[in-house]
Amino acid sequence: MTTETTSPATRKRGADEPAGRSNQILQEIMGGGAVRTVLAILCGFIVGAILIIATSEDVARVSGYFFSRPMDTVNAAWNAVAGGYGALFRGSIYNSEANSFAESVRPITETLRLGAPLIAAGLGIALSFRVGLFNIGGQGQLLIGVVFASYASFAWPLPYGLHLIVAVVFGILGAALWGSIVGLLKATTGAHEVIVTIMLNYVAFNLVTWLMRSGFLHDDAAGGNPQTIAPLDTAQLPTILGPGFGLHAGFLLVVAATVFYWWLMERSTIGYRFRTVGLNPNAARTAGMNVPKIYVVAMAASAAFVGIAGVNQTLGRAGGVTPSIDAGIGFDGITVALLGGGGAVGIFFAGLLFGAMKAGSPMMQIADVSPEVLLVVQGVIVLFIAAPPLVRAIFRLPSPVPAGPIATFVKNLFTRGKNS
Amino acid sequence: MTETVTAGTSPALRTTVLARRNGKTPISLLVFALIGLIGFGVFGQSSDVTFNWTGNGDDVIIPNWVEDSKRIGIVFGILMLAITGVSGWFTWNRAKTPSWLVLLFGLLFVTALLASVGTGGRVPVIYLATGAISFAVPVVLGAVAGVMGERVGVVNIAIEGQLLLGAFMAAIIGTMTGNLFLGIASAMIGGAVVAMILAAFSIKYLVDQIIIGVVLNVLVAGITSFFYSAVMTRNSEGFNFPGTLSFLAIPGLSEIPLIGPILFENRITTYAVFIIVPLIGLLMYKTRWGLRLRAVGEHPLAADTVGINVNRTRFRVMTMAGLIAGLGGAALSVGSVGPFIRDMSAGQGYIALACVILGRWNPWYAAAAALMFGFARIFQVWAGQAGSGIPADFIAMIPYLVTLVAVAGFVGKSIGPAAAGKAYVKQ
Repeated sequence: MTTETTSPATRKRGADEPAGRSNQILQEIMGGGAVRTVLAILCGFIVGAILIIATSEDVARVSGYFFSRPMDTVNAAWNAVAGGYGALFRGSIYNSEANSFAESVRPITETLRLGAPLIAAGLGIALSFRVGLFNIGGQGQLLIGVVFASYASFAWPLPYGLHLIVAVVFGILGAALWGSIVGLLKATTGAHEVIVTIMLNYVAFNLVTWLMRSGFLHDDAAGGNPQTIAPLDTAQLPTILGPGFGLHAGFLLVVAATVFYWWLMERSTIGYRFRTVGLNPNAARTAGMNVPKIYVVAMAASAAFVGIAGVNQTLGRAGGVTPSIDAGIGFDGITVALLGGGGAVGIFFAGLLFGAMKAGSPMMQIADVSPEVLLVVQGVIVLFIAAPPLVRAIFRLPSPVPAGPIATFVKNLFTRGKNS
Repeated sequence: MTETVTAGTSPALRTTVLARRNGKTPISLLVFALIGLIGFGVFGQSSDVTFNWTGNGDDVIIPNWVEDSKRIGIVFGILMLAITGVSGWFTWNRAKTPSWLVLLFGLLFVTALLASVGTGGRVPVIYLATGAISFAVPVVLGAVAGVMGERVGVVNIAIEGQLLLGAFMAAIIGTMTGNLFLGIASAMIGGAVVAMILAAFSIKYLVDQIIIGVVLNVLVAGITSFFYSAVMTRNSEGFNFPGTLSFLAIPGLSEIPLIGPILFENRITTYAVFIIVPLIGLLMYKTRWGLRLRAVGEHPLAADTVGINVNRTRFRVMTMAGLIAGLGGAALSVGSVGPFIRDMSAGQGYIALACVILGRWNPWYAAAAALMFGFARIFQVWAGQAGSGIPADFIAMIPYLVTLVAVAGFVGKSIGPAAAGKAYVKQ
């Protein structure tokens, strides 16, 4: 009899224990702080340099007589790496070879422009991480944001100012709605968010393609190709630095979103609830929080931030958009969030770093170094960020946290059914 | 209904309370039955459709089945409603609807759908079946790898990366050595390497398996894209011109009408599927090795207590799964189009992951789910050619919607391996 009376509580604890650990993982990922982040970035660029050298034709040519003139090989290797990364710097930060001052500083504005959607998507994904959810549905949420923003931008002629606000809000709302589907499914049926978000990505992509090909978004000028009608002038994000620069008010929107994210997660009541659920859903439930509802709200909020990226992509241009507008931003948001570590400032700079890599790619192409090397650099960086013990092992850093939380970390993946 | 208990708590107790009736299956069936009856029957176009069972040049000819598509829609719709009723009866008695009944339902629905799309023309059954199988091959192999991983307690999000690296290795090594079998072997090794990295990180460094899986996918996509643009496109003759595996007809068996051309005139990668799925199914459920594998995934502490080395088992099974997923990658490049294309796995690894869950962590069912995705892809191609009234983008959406419905309805509460996703640390 005694076992029967104690068993429900024991079972409950046993079954629910897994969900409470995710934030400790995140704390550990964030815990290494600046030193580890810098080391990870360094490692990424070193691996990138090795790849550049390995595939450089100049290096291959002079390495044929490596033993007679080794310095030739070293010089060629140095030139290859310096050429590639130098081009990256000129393409993303400051172009020392440009003719005018405006041209020299243009790269950094491009970095800001391309980094903005990455920051927004990163904020969204990071928010879901901190609630203990894994949102890989950035692509779908972004695309639905694009649909809503695009529709508002051409279908409702409104005065300057108001129209832009309406289009932005409408786009964010659309993404949030799409994201809340994930939360609803998770809260009501226990479907795992990873699978649901992956499936919703495909559903969104096909739905959006259809809407752009033959639905109400279709621009007849594009013929049979899927493309939206261009936004009206009144709904376009205005440029900040004048006509010579591509940088538009979308960047300011993202700065505001970053500040709002900081306030939401660190200072607001709902953010407190988010973090509590992420830390330990059982404690949150015991404290009277409606955990399923918080999952729905959190997924909607996460998608809303991703939606800002979609809005930014749609309204930041004069022409219509195609289904490929996502350009991997929804997925890159995951890497930005991992690198940024869940905090507003970290995500902001992580997004800028990845934006710089995007901005510098064309210049690297001109310098005859495949810009795809930057994808490897990104991958290596997040690999080191995601695996704190690896960086510690390589650089012999002291262990900041005992193996406890991460060792016992258990994610109730795909087994949500046992929880209820 | 028993509750699964994680390590360190009291033994599981059988609850005597009757389980609640779960009406999701009959409700989902009802929705599809009504779509079938109304969409293909009542509002369907009334015109003759020809089901074509024979390919060109077959000796034995099966007569075509000619029928009015509207009549098929109505008759099959009513049959589907009947199955829904039976399913409702099962649910009322707190019994599960048998899978063969759901399968029959699916068959009826698909036939009605084909008749509706092919109305006024013909339905090339062999073309659709062979297309579905060849599209499904990489997904099946990825899904089997995923089942093995989760059964042993490691969630493998990196199937996508394993497929991609497999496709890359098969193309580049196949071209450089001029031997496609060496290419396939290196594809398998490539898949295994990704799986071993995943296993090492999750077992030794105790990194969250989902995060490391996603990161590995990013990394593999980066590396293959880099070599694709830096090496392969600069000299495609020398690095990315592998050709494709040839079709091998099995003498005798390939002469059987209908079944022969579908099953026994395939590439070696497809035959590998025919061997691997039953083999893994057999190994997993009928051998001591399989029992141990599942024990490690269900209750690592108990497995450890009886002397099974949990982490070594996980590492070995993951490596084996990686070999299989790598073979799936080879099926993408040399087993299909030939050369490697940037990001050519295009999310099929994630589809495989969905198949794992749709297939309830069983290699047979997972393979069936993968076949559904394969069919959806060939159906999309064919419906586009047949000039279907349903937009192609909508058709492309169907398998994902089915998966969503299934994950939320049919298998939302189904229980996978208890320890999947959890690192095991010896106490």
